[in-house]
Amino acid sequence: MAYLELKNVGKGYGVNGRRTEVLRGINLEVKNGEFVAIVGFSGAGKTTLISLIAGLIQADAGSLLLNGSEITGPGRDRGVVFQNYSLLPWLSVFENILLAVEAVNPNWPAEKKKEHVEKFIALVNLTPARDKRPAELSGGMRQRVSVARALAMDPEILLLDEPLSALDALTRATLQDEISRIWQEDKKTVVMITNDPDEGILLADRIIPLSAGPSATLGQPIEIDIPRPRDRKELNHVPRFKEIRREVIEFMLHSKGAQHAAVSKKLVLPDIQPEDLSVPRISMGARHPPVRRNEIKEENVEVGP
Amino acid sequence: MTHEAVNTTVQPVAESAPVVPQKPRKHAELRMTDALRRLLSNMGAPLVSFAIFLFAWSQIAEHVKVNFGSIPGPLAVWHQGVILWDEHWAERAKEAEFYKDLAKHRAEFLATHPGQTFPDIKYSGPPTYLDQICTSLETVFTGFLIGSLIAVPAGILCGLSRTIHNAFNPFIQIFKPVSPLAWLPIVMILVSALYNPPHPWFEKAFLSSAITVAMCSLWPTLINTALGVASIDKDYLNVARVLKLGWWKKTWRIVLPSALPYIFTGLRLSLGVGWMVLIAAEMLAQNPGLGKFVWDMFQNGSSDTLAQIMVAVFTIGIIGFALDRLMLLLQRLVSYDGGKI
Repeated sequence: MAYLELKNVGKGYGVNGRRTEVLRGINLEVKNGEFVAIVGFSGAGKTTLISLIAGLIQADAGSLLLNGSEITGPGRDRGVVFQNYSLLPWLSVFENILLAVEAVNPNWPAEKKKEHVEKFIALVNLTPARDKRPAELSGGMRQRVSVARALAMDPEILLLDEPLSALDALTRATLQDEISRIWQEDKKTVVMITNDPDEGILLADRIIPLSAGPSATLGQPIEIDIPRPRDRKELNHVPRFKEIRREVIEFMLHSKGAQHAAVSKKLVLPDIQPEDLSVPRISMGARHPPVRRNEIKEENVEVGP
Repeated sequence: MTHEAVNTTVQPVAESAPVVPQKPRKHAELRMTDALRRLLSNMGAPLVSFAIFLFAWSQIAEHVKVNFGSIPGPLAVWHQGVILWDEHWAERAKEAEFYKDLAKHRAEFLATHPGQTFPDIKYSGPPTYLDQICTSLETVFTGFLIGSLIAVPAGILCGLSRTIHNAFNPFIQIFKPVSPLAWLPIVMILVSALYNPPHPWFEKAFLSSAITVAMCSLWPTLINTALGVASIDKDYLNVARVLKLGWWKKTWRIVLPSALPYIFTGLRLSLGVGWMVLIAAEMLAQNPGLGKFVWDMFQNGSSDTLAQIMVAVFTIGIIGFALDRLMLLLQRLVSYDGGKI
């Protein structure tokens, strides 16, 4: 039986008439101890999906079951690593994690809490930065604190919302290896959202593409039958890796192709006052100024399918 | 050929080589003049403007006549300040003398009348200028404390709940612009009706002034706290939800620290308003602080009146400035962003 099960889940925002449907007909089954990666474009509704599983928002349609019971709100059985870290800036690394540990295990003696927190700081290699505030840390370090906080709650399932998307390539690779190592150590159930197919294939047991929004839905799951440990350099030469990657990207691009691509951008032009000299003067110094492009403020560029 | 090409490119560099060691010196000079200029603008500009101010003041003072002489110039005001300072210490010396005599009398009295009690007499000299400053500070802090104890919790509630905010908002908007001079009579009547303990801790005038300060100064804190709480980053609230923190814990560990910079901005504004309001309140309530001092000097209309009031004006200004710095310092100590606002 599936540990986490989503049946025909749908979610939209806005009022009737001007409503955008973000997710439609999402079906997902995650087994206990499985690492599932969901890959999708930016803005496809990935964060909405993880928020639904985390219980931070409620679905409009369908049902979400965790361990057989309906998800009605957030719970300590689900640790969330947010896309933008969500560390509390007034607390140090230690205190940020301690807050989570205290919330989950209020009855532990102080010494045990401290040891527990320190264990997880060590797990993500941050012991030297133990007493630093988030503002003093680099992006990669902050994300590691965020991961440590989620793990320290000892959740049954870990939800990672684009945990590495804000990081540079090198830090990203290091943290991918770290997540891989941590997962292989305690085999938690993990649902990771990412915008990078390679990342998904490197880390997960199963990769599921999410079609482009609006009304995004999940594609066919692809089993990643590449043996672990996977080496990122060798992976590039594994034919199966290329195959999975092509499949995932093709699904995503195909779903995108079905959409009408449109870009709307804000126009920012120098604010000078041009004058149309061919228009006759009405009175002293007053001419009707021509309409300037920056008065239009926004421009739509559409590309046909 | 390539060799020559290299040579030609090298040549100009070699020629310009003597220029190179000059560069750092130029940099250093630049940095020096830069620092000097900054120092001049930071320190020099206020000094110059202050000098111009003093000059203009003394010029105006010489030429404007009022019905008891001329307006005092800077020197006369300074002189008056020194007199007030000296008076304080003379009064203190007299007080010490009085208690010394009293102790002597008591000893004599107890020696000649054993078994009887000597009446407890207190020195009843007039409060000096420094005493009045202390009274004013006590009053403003009492009022500010009362105001903050109301404003911060109320602001948190307003920020957390839209409904509570809507319920409070009309009162905030209506009472915020009310002048202390309108509150004071109401407060004084209420205080004299309701506050009649046999052994009063506070003078009625003190209490009236403090409550008026509270009524007028709590609004900036309330509004800023509500704003700070309402504009808390949604991510932090999501953390609280994922951790399933209780209401108290969420408010205490997440909402309050996150709103602290706003709260302190409000407190700073409040203390400033309170200090401004205090002088008016003291004048009317006859609380023996700076306000009463100004009023008494105005009433006795001697030739020193204007100079004394001007000493009070500078005192009020300087203390107000010091209070603001104090709050800023406090904000830097306790809030996570180090008082950037």
